[in-house]
Amino acid sequence: MTGPVVDLFTWINSRTGLNFSVFTDTYDGERFITGLITTVELSVLSMVLSVLLGLAGLWMLGAGGFWRALARGYVQLFRNTPPLVQLSFFYFALGGVLPTLTDSRGAQVPAVSGFGWAVLSFSLFAGAFNVEIFRSGVEAVPSAMIEAADSLGYTRLQLYRHVLVPLGLRICLPSLTNNMVNLVKTTTLAYAIGVPELLYAAAQIWSEVMNVREMMDLLLVVYIVLVALLVWLMERWERALRVPGYTP
Amino acid sequence: MAHELGSPVVVVRDVEKRFGNYTVLREVSLTVRRGETVCIIGPSGSGKSTLLRCINGLVPISSGSITVGGREVADAKLDVRALRRDVGIVFQQYNLFPHRTALDNVMMAPVIVLHQNPAEVRARAEALLAKVGLADKMASYPGELSGGQQQRVAIARSLAMNPKVMLFDEVTAALDPETKKEVLITIQALAAEGMTCILVTHEMGFARRVADHVYFTDGGVIVEHGTPEAIFSAPTQARTRDFLDKIL
Ligand SMILES: Nc1ncnc2c1ncn2[C@@H]1O[C@H](COP(=O)(O)OP(=O)(O)OP(=O)(O)O)[C@@H](O)[C@H]1O
Ligand SMILES: [Mg+2]
Repeated sequence: MTGPVVDLFTWINSRTGLNFSVFTDTYDGERFITGLITTVELSVLSMVLSVLLGLAGLWMLGAGGFWRALARGYVQLFRNTPPLVQLSFFYFALGGVLPTLTDSRGAQVPAVSGFGWAVLSFSLFAGAFNVEIFRSGVEAVPSAMIEAADSLGYTRLQLYRHVLVPLGLRICLPSLTNNMVNLVKTTTLAYAIGVPELLYAAAQIWSEVMNVREMMDLLLVVYIVLVALLVWLMERWERALRVPGYTP
Repeated sequence: MAHELGSPVVVVRDVEKRFGNYTVLREVSLTVRRGETVCIIGPSGSGKSTLLRCINGLVPISSGSITVGGREVADAKLDVRALRRDVGIVFQQYNLFPHRTALDNVMMAPVIVLHQNPAEVRARAEALLAKVGLADKMASYPGELSGGQQQRVAIARSLAMNPKVMLFDEVTAALDPETKKEVLITIQALAAEGMTCILVTHEMGFARRVADHVYFTDGGVIVEHGTPEAIFSAPTQARTRDFLDKIL
């Protein structure tokens, strides 16, 4: 590894003893980048799935009967238990009873990878909050909007798709942003089941290089940047949805 | 306004409507023929809005019968959405969808509910908005329009569904005298073109000018009905006289 960044951190190391091996050592650098990519993948997949789960839950709440009870049970279960317990349950309890598959080289691999369980677990966790967030948004839409759509012959799906969700989303977008920020932070729990995301990669590096302090600094900065990026995107979306003369 | 009397479009027979133990409509009967303009007047709380909502199926009746275009509204087998496409309703508070432009508001239901060709709907919607005097406001959002303009968009939105009958529920009550006039002119033009209209209104001068038939309701019953001339100049019932004395 060569270049100005390497030179800078080599110089810092020689002057202060601080060892940012991620920038000076190719292997550590690659592990860290892999961790970063895994964290981003975990976050994006879980965000998308959790929003879909939130919408599905919203729809089920409005459907009444069995579906409503199911959505309520789901929200209670996943909102009121710790996400680390949920993840452990999926990985150790459910993952343990699933059959293993044979891969192309004849090795036994679990049917669902740690990464897969993490995505599922985080989606369900954040999805439960999204159900509540979307519900609060849709409930804040004036009932006159529903009456107007009803009197024009909209079906329930058309009502949700073209009126309630677009209007409710504008109302609940700040809460959704909060939940998505939480979700990104929650992905560090995947460390506990050995998914090589950022925290896991950092821990591997510091246990070999003995640079705990430097890796911690770096982790904080990377998460601050990741979350800032997410918040910036969400705020852009909020602005894009803004309508002249209408304050949700 | 003299029309050749057409076939009955809306027939209300002995309708009773209760909310719990509270009877809002009692033995209400009325017939509206094709091309006819009927005005319903009466004090606040007399059940006028409830009657209109019963006619398009937004509120179920307790007993009696309502037919629109020969179809029984209370029939459990009736496709209530098909009924609502035949019955346009305009509310006091416009109830436009605030996140869509005036043109979109008019186009949405024909495209979404009736699955009509968007290009054809667009041409018709533009023509309708021009007709209600809003050719220059098509791209405006409801929040950028005055109350009177929003109300005219709402009328165009209902007309875009090609209803058999239009219901107007105190559509000028929230407007100042100036914008009121624009809306009343729009409705008068519609009536003159032969649209079947049922108007709940506190505009006695307007009712007198456009109505073919006037119903006076009080306490959930039709106290008296007849030509505008008869109701306004020679009411036979004391309650009608009291009401008109107070309001005129
Ligand atoms: N969903 C409901 N549940 C219970 N009572 C209702 C409901 N809707 C209306 N009412 C009652 O029915 C009566 C008639 O109401 P309605 O809105 O039809 O009157 P209205 O003649 O339109 O009055 P206004 O001129 O003030 O608009 C009122 O006393 C009202 O409180
Ligand atoms: Mg009313």
